Amino acid sequence: MASSGFQADVKALQKHLAARHLIYQHQHNKQMSCPAMAQLLSNTLYYKRFFPYYSFNVLGGLDNEGKGCVFTYDAVGSYEKVGYSSQGSGSTLIMPFLDNQLKSPSPLLLPARDAVTPLAEAEAIDLVKTVFASASERDIYTGDKLEIVVINADGIRREYMDLRKD
Amino acid sequence: MFRNQYDTDVTTWSPAGRLFQVEYAMEAVKQGSATIGLRSKTHVVLGCVNKANSELSSHQKKIFKVDDHIGVAIAGLTADGRVLSRYMRNECINYNFTYESPLPVGRLVVQLADKAQVCTQRSWKRPYGVGLLVAGLDESGAHLYYNCPSGNYFEYQAFAIGSRSQAAKTYLERRFENFADSSRDDLVKDALMAIRETLQGETLKSSICTVAVVGVGEPFHILDQETVQQMINAFEIVGEQEGPAAEPDAAAGQEAAAEQGGSTDEGVAPMDI
Repeated sequence: MASSGFQADVKALQKHLAARHLIYQHQHNKQMSCPAMAQLLSNTLYYKRFFPYYSFNVLGGLDNEGKGCVFTYDAVGSYEKVGYSSQGSGSTLIMPFLDNQLKSPSPLLLPARDAVTPLAEAEAIDLVKTVFASASERDIYTGDKLEIVVINADGIRREYMDLRKD
Repeated sequence: MFRNQYDTDVTTWSPAGRLFQVEYAMEAVKQGSATIGLRSKTHVVLGCVNKANSELSSHQKKIFKVDDHIGVAIAGLTADGRVLSRYMRNECINYNFTYESPLPVGRLVVQLADKAQVCTQRSWKRPYGVGLLVAGLDESGAHLYYNCPSGNYFEYQAFAIGSRSQAAKTYLERRFENFADSSRDDLVKDALMAIRETLQGETLKSSICTVAVVGVGEPFHILDQETVQQMINAFEIVGEQEGPAAEPDAAAGQEAAAEQGGSTDEGVAPMDI
């Protein structure tokens, strides 16, 4: 889960979900699938509808069949399965670019599908790096360092990249 | 003589100063199928005998993972054991949430004991009818504790509870001085030998026992049947003597296991089912 917003709420939310994941593993003897966690995150956020977690989340992972999925959230739990998303500072700069690169060409072609052309892993990582490097140029809050988490059948891997330090 | 008069309530003392209901609860532990635990400086091993109700049914789960560094094996009323495991899991999760570090085993065991004590001092409750062998690793090393229905707890180098546990205890008493420096594999082998003692003649197979390990650099996990069967085969070829560690992955035939007479299982108390 990648979160943006108030750091203490983000941390609290992450810890809460980690604890719930552990309970799930004890009870079901397996890891939670991404769609299951997606629903849990939504419920957790809505639970505090009237004193929200100030956290804007994007959830990524593998479903029960091993296919990748991405879910995007607002602060109070409304969520949607998408092909790509961005939240937080700089998202206004990033989202249009992702739409340009990844969205299906004609919005008249229903249903409009995201990420029509699935990217190869290396291409996707490259896109992420490009997108953040660009956002760092114009958004004052985006910069310093980028952490990329890659989840695939082999497991979870992290990559780091330096961004503009100003 | 006086036993029957003063044993109705858990809150009634006998003239001799005993709480019979609590003692009866400890009897329930003795009715459960055998469970053993042993530890070295770096590892703790739990083992139990799986007795299924009939050939058609599955056996009960008696070993539970509580956290990466703690596991528990139970004997007695399995339902009570399950409930207490859930409590222990929650305590570990809550402690980790607050302090971002693993719950020390000694603390968990005290909380468990206090919880058991409450049930010995409320007229509307009954004591938990389950004995727990808590195996865990924390900063102060490897630990094995036994939690009683009475609310008492003790730390052990090795222990056995449940039916026919005395045979295992005798075996462990002979050997426990060597455990502290044992290797992990030797410890597991000793656990399997101790389990075999409780079977009294019945062939030891991985289908009737469960073994779990926790240790330095090794989170608590239950060994799968194949691994256990390989270890059984390995030491049964070596023989009854406690020799130096045989390779646990000895690819030997299963025919090494000596068939010893028909097994007459003494009936396990219905409550353990």
